[in-house]
Amino acid sequence: MLNNFPLWPQQASTIASHVDALYIFLLIVTGMMALLIFVCLIYFAARFRHRPGVRAEQIEGSTALEITWSAIPFLIFMVIFAWGAAVYFRERIPPADATEVYVVAKQWMWKVEHAEGQREINELHVPVGRDVKLIMTSQDVIHSFYIPAFRIKQDVLPGRYTVEWFRATKPGVYHLFCAEYCGTQHSGMVGDIVVQEPAQYEAWINGGSTGPLSATGEKVFSELGCSTCHRTDAQGRGPNLQGVFGKPVQLEDGRTVTADENYVRECILDPGAKRVKGFQPIMPTFQGLVSEEQVNALVAYIKSISATKPGDASEKSKSSASAAAPAQSNAQPNGSQVQ
Amino acid sequence: MPDSTVAGLHRQEQHHPELLHHFAEPQQQRDAASLGMWVFLATEIMFFGGLFCAYLVYRRWYFPDFAAASKSINATLGATNTAVLICSSLTVVLAVWAAQTARRTLLISMLGITMLLGLVFLGIKADEYYDKFEEHHVPGASFSFDNVPIPGHPGEFANPRHAQIFFTLYFVMTGLHALHMIIGLGIFLWLLTMAWKGRFTPEWHTPVEIGGLYWHFVDIVWIYLFPLLYLIDRHP
Amino acid sequence: MPQPERENYLNKEYGVWSWLLTTDHKRIALLYLISITFFFFIGGFFALLIRLELLTPAGDLVQADTYNKLFTMHGMVMVFFFLIPSIPAVLGNFLVPLMVGAKDLAFPRINLLSWYLYIIGGVMMMHCMLTGGVDTGWTFYAPFSTSFTNTKIVEAGLAIFVAGFSSILTGLNFVVTIHRMRAPGMTWSRLPLFIWAHYATSIIQLLGTPVIAVTIVLVAAERALHLGIFDPKLGGDPLLFQHLFWFYSHPAVYIMILPAMGVVTEIIACFSRKRIFGYSFVAFSSIAIAVFGFLVWAHHMFVAGISVYSALVFSFLSYAVALPSAIKVFNWTATLYKGSIHYDAPMLYAFGFLGLFTMGGLTGLFLAALGIDVHVTDTYFVVAHFHYIMVGGAVMGYLGGMHFWWPKISGRLYPEGWARLAALIVFIGFNLTFFPQFILGYMGMPRRYYDYSHMPEFQVLNVLSTAGATVLGVGYLLPMLYFLWSMRYGKPAPDNPWNAAGLEWKTSSPPPTFNFDEEPVVTWEAYNYDELDAPQKEEVPVAR
Repeated sequence: MLNNFPLWPQQASTIASHVDALYIFLLIVTGMMALLIFVCLIYFAARFRHRPGVRAEQIEGSTALEITWSAIPFLIFMVIFAWGAAVYFRERIPPADATEVYVVAKQWMWKVEHAEGQREINELHVPVGRDVKLIMTSQDVIHSFYIPAFRIKQDVLPGRYTVEWFRATKPGVYHLFCAEYCGTQHSGMVGDIVVQEPAQYEAWINGGSTGPLSATGEKVFSELGCSTCHRTDAQGRGPNLQGVFGKPVQLEDGRTVTADENYVRECILDPGAKRVKGFQPIMPTFQGLVSEEQVNALVAYIKSISATKPGDASEKSKSSASAAAPAQSNAQPNGSQVQ
Repeated sequence: MPDSTVAGLHRQEQHHPELLHHFAEPQQQRDAASLGMWVFLATEIMFFGGLFCAYLVYRRWYFPDFAAASKSINATLGATNTAVLICSSLTVVLAVWAAQTARRTLLISMLGITMLLGLVFLGIKADEYYDKFEEHHVPGASFSFDNVPIPGHPGEFANPRHAQIFFTLYFVMTGLHALHMIIGLGIFLWLLTMAWKGRFTPEWHTPVEIGGLYWHFVDIVWIYLFPLLYLIDRHP
Repeated sequence: MPQPERENYLNKEYGVWSWLLTTDHKRIALLYLISITFFFFIGGFFALLIRLELLTPAGDLVQADTYNKLFTMHGMVMVFFFLIPSIPAVLGNFLVPLMVGAKDLAFPRINLLSWYLYIIGGVMMMHCMLTGGVDTGWTFYAPFSTSFTNTKIVEAGLAIFVAGFSSILTGLNFVVTIHRMRAPGMTWSRLPLFIWAHYATSIIQLLGTPVIAVTIVLVAAERALHLGIFDPKLGGDPLLFQHLFWFYSHPAVYIMILPAMGVVTEIIACFSRKRIFGYSFVAFSSIAIAVFGFLVWAHHMFVAGISVYSALVFSFLSYAVALPSAIKVFNWTATLYKGSIHYDAPMLYAFGFLGLFTMGGLTGLFLAALGIDVHVTDTYFVVAHFHYIMVGGAVMGYLGGMHFWWPKISGRLYPEGWARLAALIVFIGFNLTFFPQFILGYMGMPRRYYDYSHMPEFQVLNVLSTAGATVLGVGYLLPMLYFLWSMRYGKPAPDNPWNAAGLEWKTSSPPPTFNFDEEPVVTWEAYNYDELDAPQKEEVPVAR
């Protein structure tokens, strides 16, 4: 019966136990504070109820008491603050070599694309024990990618990337919810996070029929004519993009920014905003000419030509026709771009 | 047994005809009116403050486009309007002094000139808005801002979407300011009527003082708006 | 044998126009009482439909769009047309001049204008609801509200804009009255803490409301003209909307709770027959809450995409703002020590407030903790937290205050037995409705979901919550019924049925139009219960 009346979601990620530990601490601390106050209230209410002939004693106050019951709670609050901040830092800063998965949210579904090219709708397959970083954007309104069992949540915004990461610890299927109200079918924008043993996951990921995301990106790069200006020699009218991802970039207006996902995306959609020093403002905007999935693919490609990471190198070498049909396959036919 | 009726109060004491009955004495009424206007102006600061906030964020993001858009509005007219408003604040101060020193003619003429200057301001504003309308710089369906060069950066052109944000803020901010001016004109019309009827005396001229405060505030808002909107990155 | 009635503010003049054109703060308070009660029941009706839908996991009572409109309208009506006016516009309007010893507020005509603005805003909102309503949530986040929804955002926004000015003018009136119209001898440190609380509330109303007003203007402009202030496709920033929105809407929650704290302070002092413990600390805590309340808005945005460092700052400040509230709870509790406590209905509501506000406030500590907030934000945990404060706190405070001052306002006594029963029903119903929602939230049930058929394990707690809501509804209906009954059949009230301290109790029940027969001159400290209960006098309320 208790299975049908749970009080607590499962812990299925490395951060979940940290969040729960802080939660339990808070339950205890606030429980004790509440108990203290309630006991005083009830006791005083009973002990000092009106009795004929007994008058109230006028007590002005006590500065000592005021200071005590300000300082002690404040110290407790600071402990909670610091602990909460520590958990938050761990939650929000992804490890450097996490596997990347792109997520595009739209009313009212989640579109997931693995770097290897595997696509999913309203599902996300991940292997147990691996750091996974979600790079997310929305096609329309603000959504929020929420996995209660992992204790993580991040709003997904239109016009920019937001990032969320986790490491799953237990195989199983867990709820995925949209947690930012987004219109009519907000409550229908749910899905499953499928955590698999590494072997099963490998089988699944190799069951797809498209190449890695970065290869798609390479195709888009040449189809849209980017390679005309962004050449790999020094004669291009646009900057050479080899090795550029993740490094600092000097801008025309004197600022220096890091070439992260958001910067690459902005360069594609709004080229004048952060123009690189030393180059003419001749890059046309691709706003309206590329879908979110194509932008994701281009970003993956730009990363791959800056890659020194083993993960990226293996992406390019994975072939799509390798494995037999895996036990759990969610291969999606991929003829056309999903808008 | 004190008579708490209005008639009873009148019988009991000779008080200033303008003293409202819930006040104990004229000084209290004056202090209340003055504090009330200052508090109201604080709320107006917060009201415009939200817009200034939005403006500052987008100006920092899209500085070159904002500079290009700012260049396209007429700084001479804007500067003229600034001078007009500063003069009108002078006439307001003179009007208050006139009320304090029982100079009825001066009071009436100063109130009148203030209103005239206010109308001049609005007229110049209307002219500016009309220019913007003609140039298709009014945000909305017919907005266009193509091939407008960015000042100081030859060969570069402003992003129309970002320029539209500038013009949105321009129209909302100056429009709200103009609305406050129009309300101010209404207030001053009322003050003028009261002054004409001789209602203001050195003992009681509170409406002139607080009306003046309101006008000064509207003036100050413009003094912030002018450089922020008209003088972005102006080169000689 | 009924005696000839003394002239008071109720019988001075009869006729609809004597009410609709009144400048008497007491009559305006009653006009507000009727209007906000109306909106309370409208908002409550929407809540009932929401809870009925959530009895079953499937979305089977109403359609998705209808449900989205229900929770939106529930929020907008309850926040802007009930909670924000409630105590200030009813009890504040009635009592502020009386408590400071003035004949009326500083600007009586502006007070009437304030009510008319509220009514105009209310009519606009009703019209909006009846012609289709809004489905953005009361928070109307961009770009959904600016570029995607087809519902009547501009109309709802303008209704709130107009009602906002009602709020601003009320605040303005209170600030000027408290500064300039105190009776001789009424120094700041002799003011009832109800006045301090309303002063702090008024500061927030004055400085915060204009920001949401301008936000609404920008949203309306963006919708009407397809501009790009908040829509990223046109160069705008959706996060700017959130900052501007929450800059007001967080202080707004302090507008809702501070007056209730003021009410509870008066009740606890009276029914313990004691001066409040730590008067200056309670007074300055009210001011501190108002000031710090303006500095914490982005704790609603910890997962919205703000930087980790911003989040740190706002989390820290959120703990800072929790402290003055905690100090108040300790001071109220300490007031009971060595008091002489009576359990009349107002005191029962005050006890209810203490328990529920403490729980709501403590759960705020969970939300301010960054690591926890990531998991529970946008879930039912937050819904439970704010209902504990706004309903368990503010509404209990409002009801307690209505009971406490009802004899003064109406000149009648309400039936004490029924009142105590209602207080108990409200307390039980409330906890049954909202406690399960904390659990639902930690389990992961998101807000604003009308269909949870993917998560049938959430049903049991939802059913408990709905059961509680029906009990709560009964608890709210009772006072309305017996207050109305008492106006005709209740026992006439003496000037000071509770033998309470405060200038309002020194005049008749109900008071005359100009409040006092003679201008009071104050020579005593606030909460002088030792004098009131001195041996030569009859101790104890003689109300029954």
